[in-house]
Amino acid sequence: MSKTYFDETHCAIGHPKSKFMQWMLTVDHKRIGIMYAAVMFTFFFVAVFTAFAMRLELFAPGAQYMDGDTFNQAFTLHGVIMIFLFVIPGIPAIFGNIVMPLMIGAKDVSFPRLNWFTFWLYIVGCGIALTSIFLGEGVADTGWTFYAPYSLNTGTNVIMALVAAFVLGMASILTGLNFLVTIHRLRAPGMTFFKMPLFVWGIYATAWIQLLATPVVGITLILAILEKYFGIGIFDPSKGGDPVLFQHLFWIYSHPAVYLMILPAFGIMSEIIPTFSRKEIFGYRTIALSSASIAGIGYLVWGHHLYTSGMSDTAKSVFSFLTFFVAIPTGVKFYDWVATMYQGKIVLSTPMIWALGTMITFAIGGMTGITITMIGLDIHLQDTYYSVAHFHYAILGGVVFLMFAGMHYWFPLITGRMYDEGKAKIAFYLNFVGFNLLWFPMFIAGYYGMPRRYFDYLPEFQIYHQVSFVGAVIFISGLIYMFFVFYKGWTKGEKATPNPWNATTLEWHLPTSPPPLENHTKVPYVDFNPYEYHHGEPVVKFDYKTMQRID
Amino acid sequence: MSHEYVPEIATDRDGNQHEVQGWQDDFYGGKLGFWLFMFTEVMMFGAMFLTLAYYNSLHPQDFLEASASLNRWLGGFNTVILLVSALTMGLGLLKMRAGDVKGAKLMIWATILLAIVFLGVKAIEWTAEYNHGVFLGLPAMQGGHEGSMPFGKILFFGMYFTMTGLHGFHIIIGIGLMIWLLKRINSGKVSPEHHILHWNIALYWDIVHLIWVFVFPYYYMIGAGITVAGGHGGH
Repeated sequence: MSKTYFDETHCAIGHPKSKFMQWMLTVDHKRIGIMYAAVMFTFFFVAVFTAFAMRLELFAPGAQYMDGDTFNQAFTLHGVIMIFLFVIPGIPAIFGNIVMPLMIGAKDVSFPRLNWFTFWLYIVGCGIALTSIFLGEGVADTGWTFYAPYSLNTGTNVIMALVAAFVLGMASILTGLNFLVTIHRLRAPGMTFFKMPLFVWGIYATAWIQLLATPVVGITLILAILEKYFGIGIFDPSKGGDPVLFQHLFWIYSHPAVYLMILPAFGIMSEIIPTFSRKEIFGYRTIALSSASIAGIGYLVWGHHLYTSGMSDTAKSVFSFLTFFVAIPTGVKFYDWVATMYQGKIVLSTPMIWALGTMITFAIGGMTGITITMIGLDIHLQDTYYSVAHFHYAILGGVVFLMFAGMHYWFPLITGRMYDEGKAKIAFYLNFVGFNLLWFPMFIAGYYGMPRRYFDYLPEFQIYHQVSFVGAVIFISGLIYMFFVFYKGWTKGEKATPNPWNATTLEWHLPTSPPPLENHTKVPYVDFNPYEYHHGEPVVKFDYKTMQRID
Repeated sequence: MSHEYVPEIATDRDGNQHEVQGWQDDFYGGKLGFWLFMFTEVMMFGAMFLTLAYYNSLHPQDFLEASASLNRWLGGFNTVILLVSALTMGLGLLKMRAGDVKGAKLMIWATILLAIVFLGVKAIEWTAEYNHGVFLGLPAMQGGHEGSMPFGKILFFGMYFTMTGLHGFHIIIGIGLMIWLLKRINSGKVSPEHHILHWNIALYWDIVHLIWVFVFPYYYMIGAGITVAGGHGGH
């Protein structure tokens, strides 16, 4: 049976014999997800070490071994890789691909060959971004936001970076489109929208943002390219153009993009918390709908990036007011998670401690975001280390930490093996301590006026930078150790059963671990809620041969 | 890909059977996917219209004068061409659904022909504008010297060449898609039973002509009420 499927559809082109080509041409959503993970974490470490190079430079005041221009290129490279190559596509491309079709009982995504094409489009985008490092005057030095008019004047490879971002945006759009159609069309019979696991809700809200916001930044990047090549004038003040318009168009996408990053991460949190509390999630509908409303409100708040760029006071007030609203659905989620844990049988496995750690770091990231929502305070803190610390707490301490939580959670599903729990916990504590030591001092330094993106600083900031450096060393060791634990687990770990965590959602009801090519042996009929526990035990049980309920 | 696809059956606890929707042979999924893709086109051109409207509000008089200097007869002719091509495209789809493959192919050829006429007229227009010194990169469109146009006009023409250029790019893509469609029809992969590709390309063509329906009035018609000496519009 799996042979006919393999022969017909496993590869996008032909039926290659070699294992390597089978992977390269695969349309299987699980394999594509694993390939995304491999590429993304490679780039992740490139960006991490770029950041570490900057930390080294900042260890003492004055130039150590990097001049200002190189430093500008370093933080641009770090930002471009982290944002466009890693965090934005990250969770949807990896776990959206691997887990989402399993969760809704589908055999694959709606357009498997488009999925394959999208992966290679992503690789092309990465290739262009990488090539720009080695050509001409090197990688762009504009920061990842490419603000006009500087991006129009600099001699570095801004155009290649813009093209790369555009191609990666295309890949992101197509991924979102694929997932939207999948979620609408391929849910197992009986699974209504309010019976979907919450991670699927997160992916669904994310996919809408990918689809509707990315084209705006896509056209903005194209306009910037045309501006640079042909001088169409719209961002160029010498022709009457308005550079602030670039910022508006850029943030119309890029602010929803931060919700695009966090929503699937919240989805992972909503999977882990009920599973390890052995309890039905509190307020299922409010979590599902808050994802949707965060996606909606997220469109209306981009102006808070432009408080100091020249905007009318009325617009500033409106944007500030609207920005506070995003905190409401986010707060709803947090209280729901805490309420889920209340009186639950909490199991402190590695995915759970990552999730709990994230609750702390993301709470700090979120709350400091509220402070710079206020116009007056933001005038003081704009472009300081305070905002750097804020978005690293939110993105690294929120999105990436939850991605790690998801990696620990779904590791046995994907590899069929188990990592060493004890060592994985040590890795968590290293990461958690290192992370806080690295970024918390920046709040203080930023509050006292340390500007971001400077390769030099006044001597009074030295202590903060040095504490940060120590944190960075611990954090990077933790990261490397964590991946080492994963590697050990994958090669030598114990064989895992299909449902090691006693979880309830459909991806844990597969006949084998890792899942076979066609996923579930038969598509189940879904007449149950995603997280049904009774006295700490899963309610719904399946016969994995027939996928009939046997409870 | 033509293959025998038999949908799976899921059975619930009462023994009722439910047909499972697979990704294979999902006509509505294919349609939904392409509609979503067309949303992205709307967002892209929407952002450009927004930019245009913003600069229009800053330089209303320049915009009217620049618009008045465009050639409304050629632009209008192209609008008619594109509307007729949307008709032939739609008729082709109707014929395909009715089982008349030959008629459908004829209609697709007619659409391709009209698209080429559209591009030809566009080329004539752009050449005329170039000869009048109005084109991206020409001195009149550089700011800050004596011969340069006022800001509003530079911005108007900058956006004009960008948007009509991108629209023309979509026309070229559309021609490629239609030729590919003809190939698929000839090899029997698109047939009255499996015509989702035809359906989606017809939808694409609809969006392309719909965008032009907005581009035409905003660029050619807003200045129709005033006459400008020295414009290169034909009267």
